[in-house]
Amino acid sequence: MAQIRVEDLRKSFDQFTAVKNSNFTIENGTFFALLGPSGCGKTTTLRMIAGLELPTAGRILLDGEDVTFRRAAERDIAFVFQLFALYPHMNVKQNIGFPLKCQGMPKREARERVLETARLLRIEHLLRSKTSKLSGGDRQRVALGRAMVRRPKAFLMDEPLGALDAEFRALMCGELRDLHDRISATTVYVTHDQHEAMSMADTIAVMNAGRIEQLGSPQEIYDRPASMFVAEFIGSPPMNFLHFEAGLATGDHAIKFSNASIAVPEIREARVPGPLVLGVRPEHIRFADAAPVRGRVFGAEYLGTTQIVTVDTEQGQVKARLPSSLSVQVGETVGLTFRSDTLSLFDAQTGAAIRTATYGSGGHG
Amino acid sequence: MANVALRHVSKRFGPTEAVRDLSFAINHGEFVVLLGPSGAGKTTTLRLVTGLERPDAGSISIDGRDVTRDPPGTRDIAFVFQQYSLYPHLTVFDNLAFPLRSPARRVPEAAIRKRVEQTAELLHISGKLGNKATRLSGGEMQRVAIGRALVRDPSIFLMDEPLSSLDAKLRAELRLELKRIQVELGATILYVTHDQVEAMTMASRIGVIKDGELLQLGTPREIYENPDSRYVASRLGTPQINFLPAGLVPEIAMPPGTDAVGIRTEHLQIAAANGGGIVGRVHRIEHLGDRNHVHLEYRGQMLITLADPHQPLQAGQNVELKLIAPLLFDAAGRRIAATAVH
Repeated sequence: MAQIRVEDLRKSFDQFTAVKNSNFTIENGTFFALLGPSGCGKTTTLRMIAGLELPTAGRILLDGEDVTFRRAAERDIAFVFQLFALYPHMNVKQNIGFPLKCQGMPKREARERVLETARLLRIEHLLRSKTSKLSGGDRQRVALGRAMVRRPKAFLMDEPLGALDAEFRALMCGELRDLHDRISATTVYVTHDQHEAMSMADTIAVMNAGRIEQLGSPQEIYDRPASMFVAEFIGSPPMNFLHFEAGLATGDHAIKFSNASIAVPEIREARVPGPLVLGVRPEHIRFADAAPVRGRVFGAEYLGTTQIVTVDTEQGQVKARLPSSLSVQVGETVGLTFRSDTLSLFDAQTGAAIRTATYGSGGHG
Repeated sequence: MANVALRHVSKRFGPTEAVRDLSFAINHGEFVVLLGPSGAGKTTTLRLVTGLERPDAGSISIDGRDVTRDPPGTRDIAFVFQQYSLYPHLTVFDNLAFPLRSPARRVPEAAIRKRVEQTAELLHISGKLGNKATRLSGGEMQRVAIGRALVRDPSIFLMDEPLSSLDAKLRAELRLELKRIQVELGATILYVTHDQVEAMTMASRIGVIKDGELLQLGTPREIYENPDSRYVASRLGTPQINFLPAGLVPEIAMPPGTDAVGIRTEHLQIAAANGGGIVGRVHRIEHLGDRNHVHLEYRGQMLITLADPHQPLQAGQNVELKLIAPLLFDAAGRRIAATAVH
């Protein structure tokens, strides 16, 4: 298995720059997710790692070896596409074994490999089945098997679960991660679905407009988003943004927020007065009668364990995740308090996070 | 008074019993959601209420009037479909006005204008009235489709998965909007979906339907907290309720006949293993951001529960499981009353 290193990688198509100077290292055995909206450059990045696209500039190293201009077939990488095309005239065993047959591997050895792969995927009982008779999940497993059977150095996956319905996708996420834990293969996984990235990846690179906005563990990215883009892309409902104008001094423990004072993590970056944004995750909001930030309840959505309460405030609509035991009336006026050690602050113009004690020095991509 | 009532309604298509002995009423101003998988009989129920299908047995009344044999056009019903079928060559205004301009209604043009403008305001699409219907975003198109039903002020709205073709963000937005509009208008709605979040967040009452049968009808809270059966319990809640065979947890008191213990995340506390109680092993931690899904292995069974993301838990670690008032079920999957436990 392998380490993948990407150095100053860039890709332009005529006037359009799809990927702008990407730098990252994927350590051996890591499950790495490239996450972003469509058009952010995540698939282009993946295709360059695979060798299906040549970079305009930069280098790609596989286990320290420069493979930037090597053909896809010479990279020892397996690519799993969004829509799996299995060979309909072959059974499961023949489908999985096909890449080995192409390599010219002796039959006996190939048979062993196919069996071993099927065991890992827990589809041994299906080896003789026709692919047309398989359920959606089993088809995915066979397609994975076909990628795994060559024992490549790394797996590259481009939205492999994109076509599935939500419930089934969650199930396959669990299986993919379990499989990863069994074989520890370096995996690069492209998705626009934050749930998939959060639930499976060790490391996530959030991409936006060709740039990596943030690189970190799922929890790090959730707790300390480096920009408003990341804060809004991750979490459901996403982070709330409350706009205000103020200056900040290093060492401050509170912000002046429309005539109120709100406790925040210690400020580590002085700012001249200007437009700022307070970022609050829905689960860090509580109702308190005396709180200075006030609003009117627009709606309450019961979800069983919790409820999402939408509140209209002067600074915009805010969504709070509250225990479902709390009784909330639509139309009532409520005060909002925020869990101060979890708050984020952003520059309203650039969208970049402002340094505080919570953010420390790390967390920026 | 009930706006719509179904009494012992059955409908068969060849060998398939699409709807079996269905009885329920939708009260005035109520938002009733039928929740079930595809093939459960949801859409057939809607079509029976509209009159597009005729029941083999039973009766349907609207506003106290038996309409079982009445043709669809006379039933005073508005239908919103999954696909927003707007007239592409007409403006938003004309799309909204269309149902009122039907020759059968003969509504004066001034009244039409007023009604359309009111509806557009309610839907927050006043600025788009002059647009061609095709020059709208998906969310706006679905608003117009809903608006076309709203202009008529019928006795009941029937909605067949109207949000399912929208993306997740828009769906969340329109869920909230639809509920607001329903409350503001005091509209009576029968809505069918397979999405438990839509059912829980919008319904006054949810009817859980399976294989043509209504299994349970109640408020979202009643259905979630007090399910009658294993099946209903498994339909609501994320993560899904866990079931353990009763024999695996002799530590908890249960009445005779208990076959399975249903454990939702709020029925389960996990703490560092402390030499006693029920001990499980953390199989995997799945990040959601605000919470973690913790996959626990317990005597060969897998349990999924929620935990604070900053609670120090690691895969492979042993943890003590504490069950708090879990739900008990008999071998037939029927709920055993909790009162019997103590």
